[in-house]
Amino acid sequence: MTTPELVSSGPVIPVPHRVSAIRRETRDTFTVDLRPPDGLPVESFAPGQFNMLYAFGIGEAAISISGDPGRRGFVTHTVREVGAVTTWLGRLGAGADVGVRGPFGRGWPVAEAAGRDVVLIAGGIGFAPLRSLIYELLAHRDLYGRIGLLYGARTPGDVLFRGELEEWSKSGWVDVHVSVDRATESWRGHVGVVTTLLRNLVFDPAETIAFVCGPEIMMRFAAAELLRCEVAPGAIHVALERNMQCGIGLCGHCQIGPAFVCRDGPVFSYDVVEPWLAVEEL
Amino acid sequence: MVDAAALEALPSLLRARGYRVVGPVERGGAIVLDELASWDDLPRGTTVELGPGAYRLRKRPDEALFGYVVGPQSAKTWLHPPAVLEFRAERSRGRVTVVAEPADPSPVALVGLRPCDLAAIRVHDHVLGDGPVADPRYRSHRGAAFLIVVDCAEPAATCFCASMGTGPSATGGFDLALNELLDEDGHRFVIEAATDAGAEVLGALATRPVPLDDEVRVEAAHERARMAMGRRLDPGRARDVLRNAVESPAWSEVGDACLGCANCTMVCPTCFCTTVEDVTDLTGDHAERWRRWDSCFTFQFSRLSSGPVRTSTAARYRHWLRHKLETWHEQFGESGCVGCGRCITWCPVGIDLTEEVARLESATPESGDVA
Amino acid sequence: MKSIPDLLADHPFTAGLAPDQIALLAGCASNVQFDEGAVLFRAGAAADRFYIVRVGQVAIEIHEPGRGRLTVETVGEGDVVGWSWLVPPHRWLFDGRAVTAVRAVALDGACLRKKCDDNHDLGYALLQRVAAVVGERLSGARLQLLDLYGRRAEESA
Repeated sequence: MTTPELVSSGPVIPVPHRVSAIRRETRDTFTVDLRPPDGLPVESFAPGQFNMLYAFGIGEAAISISGDPGRRGFVTHTVREVGAVTTWLGRLGAGADVGVRGPFGRGWPVAEAAGRDVVLIAGGIGFAPLRSLIYELLAHRDLYGRIGLLYGARTPGDVLFRGELEEWSKSGWVDVHVSVDRATESWRGHVGVVTTLLRNLVFDPAETIAFVCGPEIMMRFAAAELLRCEVAPGAIHVALERNMQCGIGLCGHCQIGPAFVCRDGPVFSYDVVEPWLAVEEL
Repeated sequence: MVDAAALEALPSLLRARGYRVVGPVERGGAIVLDELASWDDLPRGTTVELGPGAYRLRKRPDEALFGYVVGPQSAKTWLHPPAVLEFRAERSRGRVTVVAEPADPSPVALVGLRPCDLAAIRVHDHVLGDGPVADPRYRSHRGAAFLIVVDCAEPAATCFCASMGTGPSATGGFDLALNELLDEDGHRFVIEAATDAGAEVLGALATRPVPLDDEVRVEAAHERARMAMGRRLDPGRARDVLRNAVESPAWSEVGDACLGCANCTMVCPTCFCTTVEDVTDLTGDHAERWRRWDSCFTFQFSRLSSGPVRTSTAARYRHWLRHKLETWHEQFGESGCVGCGRCITWCPVGIDLTEEVARLESATPESGDVA
Repeated sequence: MKSIPDLLADHPFTAGLAPDQIALLAGCASNVQFDEGAVLFRAGAAADRFYIVRVGQVAIEIHEPGRGRLTVETVGEGDVVGWSWLVPPHRWLFDGRAVTAVRAVALDGACLRKKCDDNHDLGYALLQRVAAVVGERLSGARLQLLDLYGRRAEESA
């Protein structure tokens, strides 16, 4: 018999953070900056990781970090209002408290991108974890070859991070192409499926790494298109969405095949997940 | 060796060492695990008759204390409890504070576990205790627990521990192991300690050396038990069968039979899934988070904001069986099944996983060709 | 300035055709340009041409009272616009409008059909390419129809 271990705050107990800023991105999506309590540093994170955000007494939601990993002082999430917790978060004002557990999961394999061309394909709210990755890439821009971003949104009004898109594009750091599924004539950009934009990018398939995040069907088509361009399946990385509750691989909800998405993902190399995604209701 | 009468001191010896003593007691027509006030609480002269969807207590012709096999509960109830308060949170003038609920530190002594139960604890050690992020509550309960196993002499029709390599006799992982002997030479137990804590308790009991004849009798009982197993499952073969059966049409048949009631996952000693429930009081300023057992058979288990991933019962059964017998190997290097047969006994429609594996094997061609 | 056969040999749609096939196509081709906002074709009009886009972007549109002009998709450099020339009744089904200034090679439908009738090898090579474009547009349209970025809850609501 040994002395029972005390349960420390650890990964199970949310730490109350304060909303330092909240801004609306689109009609159903907002970005919130959360500051840790006085004296506590912001947990460092890898782009692609997520936090569990706790709405007092209501529940938790797994939300990827969308902010610049180089920024200290607060952690940033871009959230789409789809349920009770995210709707509650969207109604908060500066100064409110939000519980945070994390960061959890394995992020984008940024180190593997060194010396290669980088193709980023984002769909909808899937842009959020890629935004964080883009900040990371731009902090060391000379380490990488060409960086291309293809971003698909539902309508022009749903396009996130317009300011950044313009800035990255103007600076020439990133070759940005945005497409929407439906538009009226006031939209002067592309209309159509985001994957068709791939032909607008210049990249060397043999020396390319691709990072894809969006709805699962969109990721499958994006991967198929990248494979058609002869990017290796192991060089394509996708971020999966499953029901993540504990964040540490102990509750079982996010299992797909032999993986717990919260712990072994959410970012997986496509050659690993392709057979799983092919099976209905796996 | 200890005489049955001398073993009656065991609960008080354990209590004197700070343990809550839990063991098999008869309650509501079943043998459940509960606090043992005294050795007399054990179900003396009782046995069980098990089958798919069937569990009946029967009188034994003798006075055996452990003459039955597993009941609906296992060590899981005590080491990975069904409901745990994780934390309390308060909101006062807009500020939120969260206070972790300490793990219940009172150590438990589990009396009358079976070798398959010990195997299940080992499985949980790998799942909940050894991972990159362990469950501190499990480690706390587990580290404090005192485990007393009883080897099985009379397996039930639903048992298949011999083929899973987890029984009928325990080879380790216990503090004390008992083998019950009851014949013309009297009622007695061969007792063995595997830990210092076990040896210390053993030292406080009135023991005598084991006669050679009794050693032979125990060996013979194990051998008879091995031969009497009602079912069998080869864990390696089951894994291979399931690997090749992902898209088998046989899943829809079991999906039609399965009620999705989640009984199998509740009684399974290795199923570990949990969910959390956040609640507030009427003022809305005092919140609690409870962690509760969950089951992959519930409709909402795999839900995304758009809906559940596994909407059909067939897909949920497939997920459970593949995890238990196939993907568990990839995650934890072993099978997630210990051959206790509980899921067969407590399935209201009598679905038998050993039969399902056999059916999948015959329904699934080795290659992709269908003749 | 490049000759039409050179432009065709360089364009992804026609790249890989034999020089004599390129020459046959060039016989039906002319260089065209459109200012920003110009209309390439109108729904219902005779589809007597198709366009191999070299520079700029073309919107495939349809208008609806109350909603104005709705863009179904945009087609840009390296792509082609139109296959109505190939199948009867040879009429456009959507409007085509230059979103930016557009430079393209226009191919005369009647001329091309005649050459394909006379030279089935050319016809087959061209049909393969058109089928690939139609297939890509169809799968694109299917994905758009799925409204992947929309709120899923709407479906069951």
